[in-house]
Amino acid sequence: MAHHRLTVQQFLILAFVSVSVPLGDTALSHGMTSLPAISLAHPLTLIAAVFTPWIALGILLLIGYFASYLTALSWADLTYVMPATALGNVFVALLAHFWLHETISPMRWMGVALITIGVGFVAHGPVSTTPPLNLPTTIDEVEDPSLGDALEGDAIEKEQVR
Amino acid sequence: MMQASNLIQPTFWQATAMIATIVLTSSTGEVLTAAAMKSMGDLDVIRARSGMKGAIRAVVTSPLFVAGIFFMAVAFFSLLFALNHMNLSLVGPAAASLTLVTNTIAAKFFLKENVDRRRWTAAGLVCVGVYLLAH
Repeated sequence: MAHHRLTVQQFLILAFVSVSVPLGDTALSHGMTSLPAISLAHPLTLIAAVFTPWIALGILLLIGYFASYLTALSWADLTYVMPATALGNVFVALLAHFWLHETISPMRWMGVALITIGVGFVAHGPVSTTPPLNLPTTIDEVEDPSLGDALEGDAIEKEQVR
Repeated sequence: MMQASNLIQPTFWQATAMIATIVLTSSTGEVLTAAAMKSMGDLDVIRARSGMKGAIRAVVTSPLFVAGIFFMAVAFFSLLFALNHMNLSLVGPAAASLTLVTNTIAAKFFLKENVDRRRWTAAGLVCVGVYLLAH
């Protein structure tokens, strides 16, 4: 039951998986560096840090990452989602170069190129190569006729989304 | 760093053991989580049927998911332990890129994913790429 095509919604979820980690980490880093130094003698200041806007934004982005990562794993292979996650590193390098004007060494550009090619390789293939375990593969397998209708309805709905 | 001079540098085998612990525990966690999500079916469909609450309940009540989170937590603390003894510039890239390889192997044997030549090549390229980028 290999399926090849991503719906628009699925593509957006994978895109969010890639960009949310670099954005979230950047927000956390920005938030923490703009705070006065926190010493281990006052650990409660760390709790207060959670409620500052940048840290809160970073945490929200990372929660969003985990939710979309789990959703992606429910319809895509782990070996398909993994490269998408790695693409985040490429975004960090590009942002650092074009926005923060940091110098990127040739070795790092090589890393950017390899990850991009690797992601291209996987994205070209099937999204999932394993059958969904809990869903009946044909309508005939469904014993409850009303459930069968529901599944058919779902299939029609999915077609319309595409 | 003042602290670093107080630390005894880990031997090659100690460093290998620390990195291997991170790689194996995080791979176990990720594969268990992936197995949990795979066995659940399309989460977008579940959300459409039983709402966000239903989707969250389906995820957090899955024993495989809970086991996965447990191993991810162990991986996180082994990372913290390793960072206490070694530099981030070694531990970070080494753990991230090796986990990609162990995840690919585990996905083939435990998740029964069809890891063809295309996906092996991609895993290899991304693994080297992550290492170069973070090093």
